[in-house]
Amino acid sequence: MSLELVGNIALDSVAYAMILFMITIGLSMTMGLLRIVNLAHGAFAMMGGFLAASLPSWLGTSTWVSIVVAVAAVALLALPVERWLLRRFYGRGELDQMLVTIGFMFICVALANTVFGSGIVSVPLPSALQGSVEIGPRLLQKHRIFVMLLGLAVLGILWFAVERSSFGIKVRAAVDNAAIAQAIGIDTARVYAIAFCIGAALAALGGIVGAELLPMEASYASKYLVLFLAVVAVGGQGTLFGSFVAALLLGGVETTVKYLLPQVSSIAFFLTMFLVLLVRPQGLFGRRV
Amino acid sequence: MKEAVPAASSVPAPRRPFPLLQEACIAVVALACLFLLDDNLSLLTNIAAMCILALSLNFILGQAGIASMGHAALFGAGGYGAGLFALHVSGSPLSGLLVGACAGAAVALASGALLLRARGLTLVMLTIATAQLLFELVNWQRDITGGDDGLTSFTISPLLGRFEFDFIGRTGYLYAVAVLLVVSVALRLLVNSPFGLTSRAIRLDASRVETMGGRVYLHLLAVYVIGGAVAGVAGALMVQTTSVASLSMLDFNLSASVLIMVVLGGIQRPAGAILGTITYMAIHHVASGLSPHHWLFVIGVLLIAVMVALPGGLLELWDRAVARTWGRRARAHHAG
Repeated sequence: MSLELVGNIALDSVAYAMILFMITIGLSMTMGLLRIVNLAHGAFAMMGGFLAASLPSWLGTSTWVSIVVAVAAVALLALPVERWLLRRFYGRGELDQMLVTIGFMFICVALANTVFGSGIVSVPLPSALQGSVEIGPRLLQKHRIFVMLLGLAVLGILWFAVERSSFGIKVRAAVDNAAIAQAIGIDTARVYAIAFCIGAALAALGGIVGAELLPMEASYASKYLVLFLAVVAVGGQGTLFGSFVAALLLGGVETTVKYLLPQVSSIAFFLTMFLVLLVRPQGLFGRRV
Repeated sequence: MKEAVPAASSVPAPRRPFPLLQEACIAVVALACLFLLDDNLSLLTNIAAMCILALSLNFILGQAGIASMGHAALFGAGGYGAGLFALHVSGSPLSGLLVGACAGAAVALASGALLLRARGLTLVMLTIATAQLLFELVNWQRDITGGDDGLTSFTISPLLGRFEFDFIGRTGYLYAVAVLLVVSVALRLLVNSPFGLTSRAIRLDASRVETMGGRVYLHLLAVYVIGGAVAGVAGALMVQTTSVASLSMLDFNLSASVLIMVVLGGIQRPAGAILGTITYMAIHHVASGLSPHHWLFVIGVLLIAVMVALPGGLLELWDRAVARTWGRRARAHHAG
């Protein structure tokens, strides 16, 4: 195996993992904080992707502006979903939560099909991110490097927000004991809503910058559902670094095997997930319940 | 994390005044359909096979609380088992069913032994992983399974040596309905037995059953293997009546659909599985005829509406209506 192949595999693995991390961290937060299994999370990534692809022609905005507007719009769209739909299911069993969010995902997929058709929609990237850049002796794709840096930035900002900000303290209090948090005056409903919207926005961001690796199409939300759930389950629900490590592990396994033995890459992916969950049912970083 | 299944109000299965009401209804409706909808026999046969699959999931989920989103693994195992059996050994349909049941039970035993110690979301994810692994294995070993072309070119010999599987599909349909009735009665006997009672006790409070000396893990495994055998029968039936074992039988979409059917109908009783399957398949058939994507929209709206308004599924509608009628009659009786 040549050094160049190793380099390619490493770069693609990490870029893929960062996209998985950005999309799934919101799902992990929803599960850890709101205790809701949201199978429609991929729909937020899909909304982001389709909006970013369509805004330039709808509003004539530039690519950068479109991406920012799309992410913000998804955060706003997520608010009524949490308030009017998911809030009714906070105390209900997981099965009910899964079924109602599947219903919501079906509606999103059907609407996306009606508006955008069933083909793959290309999400334009800013020209600054196209092409490749020479680092030392090697040509690296700018997009991959940007995604890597963005993923690390998201990890850093989230870590800071959870560990150091006053909002983070409220979030952690609500995760540890929602009843007590409420009793000492934390508006948990507001904390939940904000956390949910941030999660949706990050999913949209991941969906947009990841469209090169996970192509944007109307069936996106259902097609990658298992992939996203796998990352959260392997990482452990509600854990920041868990999702990060799980994304690196699963993304790395899938990308590596795809390069070397393409026909068994999915087998390797699901086998990894299966084995991790057998050994650690609560996920790599999850707390035992 | 909360338990996957909401607690039911009572442990014992409610005794009905007419023990075989469900089977009688199925038989009457099935016969009526044979004459009224005889252009759609292949669809009706599909519905019968899916009803068996849904009964199987209803059994493991509603009785023992095993939430599975990988039920296609057991269904597909039965289907490919029956297909390979017909291709290489014999075209006898009843032996094929038996092989399908064994294949489903074997996969359930092997996977259940590993995953039934997990609960909640981890269990759901492990069942998904099992089904995906089987899907990828079947796709990869195309010399044996035909890969994504599916397994075809086997012939099923006449049922009981006498009834040919004709082109119209009348034999296939009656065969499927007969198997459905047998499965339905068998599962009912099981639900009403001490075995079923223990299952429901485990769903409601597994640790208490453990404390009282019940062997929870082994019991769950037994329930899962029985569910696997029934799912295998459904898969075998599907393969025999359509003459093809295809990868879509192992697809995640199928697992999700069955779960939706079962929960839509209501998981408290087997009747919910039948109700949910017929509703789902009918909506699929009608709405996808209008436009390929509309049916997703319709099912999505229906799911949300049922989950918000009828947590017990469509069965709850029925139960409310029955309670109202019986309640009124009882009151009238008292007054008189």
